[in-house]
Amino acid sequence: MRIRLSAETVHGDFVKQVEDISGQNLLACNQCGKCSSGCPVAFALDLLPNQIIRMTQLGLEDVLQAQTIWTCASCLTCVSRCPKNVDLPRVMEALRQIAMERGATPMYAAELRPDLVANAPQMAIIGGFRKFTA
Amino acid sequence: MGTPYFPGCTLTTKAKNYDTSGKAVAAALGMPLDELPDWQCCGATFPLATDNTMSLIAPARVLIQAEQTHAKQVTTLCAICYNVLKRTEFSLRKHPEQLERINWFVSTDETTAGQTYTGKVQVTHFLQQLRDDLGWKALSERVTQPLKGLKVAPYYGCLLLRPPAEIGLDDPDQPTIMADLLTALGAEPVDFPFKGECCGSYLAVNKPDVPAALSGTIVESAAKHGAQAIVTACPLCQYNLDVKGRLPILYFTQLLAKALELGEEISNFESQMSKVAV
Repeated sequence: MRIRLSAETVHGDFVKQVEDISGQNLLACNQCGKCSSGCPVAFALDLLPNQIIRMTQLGLEDVLQAQTIWTCASCLTCVSRCPKNVDLPRVMEALRQIAMERGATPMYAAELRPDLVANAPQMAIIGGFRKFTA
Repeated sequence: MGTPYFPGCTLTTKAKNYDTSGKAVAAALGMPLDELPDWQCCGATFPLATDNTMSLIAPARVLIQAEQTHAKQVTTLCAICYNVLKRTEFSLRKHPEQLERINWFVSTDETTAGQTYTGKVQVTHFLQQLRDDLGWKALSERVTQPLKGLKVAPYYGCLLLRPPAEIGLDDPDQPTIMADLLTALGAEPVDFPFKGECCGSYLAVNKPDVPAALSGTIVESAAKHGAQAIVTACPLCQYNLDVKGRLPILYFTQLLAKALELGEEISNFESQMSKVAV
């Protein structure tokens, strides 16, 4: 995939919106990769956590297409270890919110599996819906 | 008078054995848990957006209800409730203007008219009370049936430990609180590298393959290190880890009940053991 960079995207509204919602300074990240090496769900990600930050820093809105933002479980391992104190789960939350504002619908109540509804703890269903529905 | 206790949604339904064993153990140890007279769901996730005032109203109401009892703390058993309420306590202390807005909103609601939160209630986990208020030595002296020879892997998961700056219950990478508890009960704690690794949490809802894979690794690792059972403080970890039926996944309160000889109906291993037997 060809990536076009420009001062306009780097200083654009998308970056500002992510920084506003997440409260994070994206440029604090220097791409050490500690988040990705410790991420327990890395095996299931299409973009690694540090790549998510990198694309967002550069204002590449394609980052919203990544399945990663719906696969992050907010386990907070990355934020506990980040040497630059970047709260990556908050960045993921911002990206989810923007994606949903733009029409992404990762979850439908009608599609919940009956065995899940019967057996899973309520907290899973409530938590899932609060993360993955607008 | 006991400590105000917030059970949360799951402990009154799918994890009743955690609630029952926790309350019985607390009473037996002379530190009873008094369920809040009126409570509602904490929201089950801490809202991570900067503008999260609306989402914090639910957990803030729990703190308000606790403050109505004139107690200085509110205790939880569920690790997720603990995380959400503890982070809410932290957030409202750090952002007085947010506290003011929430107080304004809640005090104008007719069911909670005039009620406000002053920020004095501390959220604690029952494990913390066992460690800090009772102490491991005093606990071990109360044990009447030591769990001698039982090898148990303490599994901490995520939300009991992280984010460390706000939770501060234990070391986020090398926690010991449940291992120390197991030692006090006479059991043999089994250390294993996945003790703080995520089980997949609520991805059980939208991407069940992910928690299945994570939980498989965690349980296999515990088994390889010699564990005969795993203990947890979280009903969602219990659910995710239990799927494979490889080892019994127990709440720490169930083993406590066993060691204090509170009877089989209190320790209630039935639901977890049945999956292992088949």
